[in-house]
Amino acid sequence: MSTSTVPADNSFQLSQLWRDARYRSYTIQIIALVVALSVVMMLIGNAVENLEALGKDFNFGFLFEPAGYDIGQRLVEYTSASGHWKAALVGLLNTLLVAFLACLAATVIGVFVGVLRLSNNWVISRLMAVYIEGVRNVPLLLQILAWYAVFIHVFPKPKQAEPLLGGALVATNRGFYIPGFTYEGAYLAVVAVFLASIAGIFIFRSWAKKRQEETGQILPVGLYSLGLLIVPTAIVYFIAGMPIGLEFPTLKGFNYVGGTKAGTPLIALWFALSIYSAAFVAEIVRAGIMAISKGQTEAAYALGLRPQRTMSLVVLPQSLRIIIPPMISNYLNITKNSSLAIAVGYMDLTGTLGGITLNQTGREMECMLLLMATYLVISLTISAVMNYYNESVKLKGR
Amino acid sequence: MKKMILPVALGAAFAATSLSAATAGTLEDVQERGTLRCAVSTGLAGFSYTDENGKWQGFDVDYCRAVAAAVLGDADAVEFSPTTGKTRFTALASGEVDILSRNTTWTYSRDADLKFTFLGVSYYDGQGFMVKKSLGVTSAKELDGATVCIQTGTTTELNLSDYFTAEGMSYEPLSIETNTEGRANYLADACDVYTTDASGLAASRATFENAADHIILPEIISKEPLGPLVRHGDDQWADIGRWVLNAMKIAEEKGITAANADEMAATSKDPEVKRLLGASGEMGAAIGLNNDFALVAIKAVGNYGESFERHLGTQTKVNLARGLNAVWTEGGLQYAPPFR
Ligand SMILES: N[C@@H](CCC(=O)N[C@@H](CS)C(=O)NCC(=O)O)C(=O)O
Repeated sequence: MSTSTVPADNSFQLSQLWRDARYRSYTIQIIALVVALSVVMMLIGNAVENLEALGKDFNFGFLFEPAGYDIGQRLVEYTSASGHWKAALVGLLNTLLVAFLACLAATVIGVFVGVLRLSNNWVISRLMAVYIEGVRNVPLLLQILAWYAVFIHVFPKPKQAEPLLGGALVATNRGFYIPGFTYEGAYLAVVAVFLASIAGIFIFRSWAKKRQEETGQILPVGLYSLGLLIVPTAIVYFIAGMPIGLEFPTLKGFNYVGGTKAGTPLIALWFALSIYSAAFVAEIVRAGIMAISKGQTEAAYALGLRPQRTMSLVVLPQSLRIIIPPMISNYLNITKNSSLAIAVGYMDLTGTLGGITLNQTGREMECMLLLMATYLVISLTISAVMNYYNESVKLKGR
Repeated sequence: MKKMILPVALGAAFAATSLSAATAGTLEDVQERGTLRCAVSTGLAGFSYTDENGKWQGFDVDYCRAVAAAVLGDADAVEFSPTTGKTRFTALASGEVDILSRNTTWTYSRDADLKFTFLGVSYYDGQGFMVKKSLGVTSAKELDGATVCIQTGTTTELNLSDYFTAEGMSYEPLSIETNTEGRANYLADACDVYTTDASGLAASRATFENAADHIILPEIISKEPLGPLVRHGDDQWADIGRWVLNAMKIAEEKGITAANADEMAATSKDPEVKRLLGASGEMGAAIGLNNDFALVAIKAVGNYGESFERHLGTQTKVNLARGLNAVWTEGGLQYAPPFR
């Protein structure tokens, strides 16, 4: 009896699609594909049909019509006669501005809190725990509204505000004002030299590092860098006849004018986003530090390193590898959470393109698609940059 | 094997798309559901607000009730949706509500571009400015450089920009979403000026603790004909809404009130009154309603003037004179086409 156990006839039975391991994965994939495609087609078909029923077309021409509304906080020149695309751009820059500021502040506060949370001082570590738990468990929207209310009630009205720091800062309930730059004449030369100096500093630093590795000699890098930063720019500045000036905010009529203004909506949103997100950063940092085995710290102590240096030279560099991946998603969250801006009247991308423009033009479909695409691009860019950084600090296989 | 995937998927997808059901007329939808879904504002004294019992009240709300009475015979069969200036059009366009009755200005682009049908003008208004008396401002022309609170998604923000441009002045906009937020910012001095429809200013001021500390500047910078609206494409439904509003106005002209409507229907010799109240002719059938649709609506909320006086008139906190909103026979603009 040596007949083969494999069925000799290769006739194909329908049930094999499911029973036979050779075909099953194909079957499942095809079903999944059909379902996914049908859903997509259904959504598209539904949108097309409903737009038609409403008598609307699909067309981005509205972006080039005058927007007709004004925006309080803006980084680029914009008037109500500018096109909707410009309003969207103003919104996009506002989104990026507050997201960037909040990522920065959240990281600084978060690292600080995360380290203090592990402090041996019972009071400090408890205080940090209270902060983290309190802030993480209250909805962000409420925090934004609360901070906004605090800012508009606590700070004085423009007419009662006292300029601080010799006029360099005016804090009012409508926003904070700081001096702004005024440009004239050959200011570009000064800017160019300044940028060149910064590049110079980087080159100098890498050269000094290499030299130290080769010869063991240490240069006073900090001092030289500072000199490089200031001296050439200052020389060109005076040669060019001081083309860059400072303009101080002054009270004129209802408001302070001149200088740079950060409106209360921006400040409150930035504050709330930073405070909220810092709590998450702190937990990520704490987890990162705790994941480094105690032996590392003990070894560093045994070598005579002080606690601070142990933290910054031994523990933190290793923790970074654990910290960065969750930090990426935290930064993405900050960016997306910034779309709550409208609650306090900060005109971000959601407020302009997804808010006023959508409402005034009735182009829901177009605005929403653009809005989603833009947030997607921002998020993917942040991920890409952070992933690149992650690669660079990763443990390299040797 | 793999080649099969695309055609199969496409076939399935097309089959799926053709499944989406065609929608019936709005009237049938409402009758089947048994309630009217009506979008109002999130809260504005006199126009739409919830009273201490949590019941919606106001001039805009009355209109919703009148339509519900005409269509369903029950003025309370209304589901109210509070909407902001920004969300109202999406709510209507998407079919989330059947009708929008929320201080909404009739403009060309809302009609032609946003594809809505306005059913008439329930309130002739214009945009005004409110400031604190302590600012010492007496005219809108003195507002150069001021911070102005505006509701987003409104005609208000467009008019404001036009006005300041035309006057060669500048301002700092503070864009907020609802009247409640606008109030809070204005009272906290986060803005110097609050601007919206003059009726809205009067209504907001009525709820301030010290109403006398605030003045409404004399300039009215725009025309704001406010009225209810529906989606394009259902003419029968638009006719129903339009003629409920007209019926309320004709009733005032003819002296028909909530109290005397039944009696007028039975005893009036005026042929138009008899047609309107369903005592003669077959008028209701033409728009798919009962013959007494106007009678039921008027009995529920009263005529146009009654609703106005109850919520906005000089006897109320809001304290608005009839002005442009008097019927035409009394020097106003409220003029309904004849009911024949
Ligand atoms: N009529 C203007 C403005 C309408 C508007 O937003 N009005 C305000 C004040 S009059 C309002 O109803 N607010 C109530 C709310 O915030 O829900 C328009 O249609 O765009």
